[in-house]
Amino acid sequence: MPEVAVRKRLVAVEEIFHEGGPPAAEPLKRGAIVTVIRNPFAGRYVEDIAGFMKDLEPLGLNMAGELLAALGGDPSAIEGYGKGAIVGAAGELEHGALWHVPGGYAMREILGDAKAIVPSTKKVGGPGTRLDVPITHVNASYVRSHFDAMEVGVTDAPRADELALVLVMTTGPRIHARVGGLKASEIKGEDGLR
Amino acid sequence: MKAKIRKIVTVVEETVAEMGRPVDPPTRRAVAAAVIENPFAGRYVEDLAELMDVGEELGALLGERAVAALGIPGEEAESYGKAALVGENGELEHAAAILHPKLGAPLRKVVGKGAALVPSSKKRGGPGAVLDVPLGHKDAAYVRSHFDGIEIQINDAPRGNEIVVAVAVTDSGRPLARVGGLTKTEIKGEDGLR
Repeated sequence: MPEVAVRKRLVAVEEIFHEGGPPAAEPLKRGAIVTVIRNPFAGRYVEDIAGFMKDLEPLGLNMAGELLAALGGDPSAIEGYGKGAIVGAAGELEHGALWHVPGGYAMREILGDAKAIVPSTKKVGGPGTRLDVPITHVNASYVRSHFDAMEVGVTDAPRADELALVLVMTTGPRIHARVGGLKASEIKGEDGLR
Repeated sequence: MKAKIRKIVTVVEETVAEMGRPVDPPTRRAVAAAVIENPFAGRYVEDLAELMDVGEELGALLGERAVAALGIPGEEAESYGKAALVGENGELEHAAAILHPKLGAPLRKVVGKGAALVPSSKKRGGPGAVLDVPLGHKDAAYVRSHFDGIEIQINDAPRGNEIVVAVAVTDSGRPLARVGGLTKTEIKGEDGLR
């Protein structure tokens, strides 16, 4: 399988103090890391692409570690996560799907025993395309306060023959979460859902 | 603090290859942006001194955030820039009050020296508007390799009564710069220009 050729990386951190309501004791942080790589399958139909997932594993681990560092470095402080991919115009959506396994595996590896499925989204787009990356609680997908999203994008990427691979982590619930549902304090932590 | 901050966003872009050629060392740009309340939204106020003081606070705060995101001592910063995006209920002059009278001095303190003009831009726009922050060498405005810019975009800001204030800092010029002109090794550093 082809090598992973990186062109650029972007790290974005949002620190949210309030959104019109009472300021939180601890500001919410949302962080994203985007790596822009060459799409080895751009411009033609390739049947056998699955092997590239293995090649992406070291990149995924590296990205998860960098993102955690940008959010302070403490795995126990990470409460939400998500992932996504933007495929350049000469690629197909299926190329973005190659990120599911290495992206998710990497964050779980770095965070210890995160139980919930990592929510994800993907699309094909040109340079500057914005992606709304879904976020849920790392241990229980149904925790309502942690349903969130973060918008990411890179001005000059993805070019047509590139993939922009994204990981997102957050340090807490929405800043003024108050619509009920399962609470983080009520997680059983058995099935990754509740 | 006079600035009423709702959120702070920090972005680092690292370019490691361009057109298949390695960029070694990688070029790195950081931008830190604060979303603040506009105390003069919705009415004409003659005296903008309050926003000038806000600019002074943010020059230090955002300069420090951007340099910290690059992980370098301030003195190693090579170029800088500033910009403001005023929400729909404010005036362009509010951006001018933040940016021009007092923001530069504390920013220069953060990056050490800073003999050159801090290049700037400003505009009015809604949430998610793209703000292009111009960049120039901090000690000699004519250094051609360091004429550059970085985009910042915050999906939920500025709301009508808000202002996005951004400070950008780099540790490098453009990737693979090769259009001649004054180089950073030729800087005299006396007049801020050459």
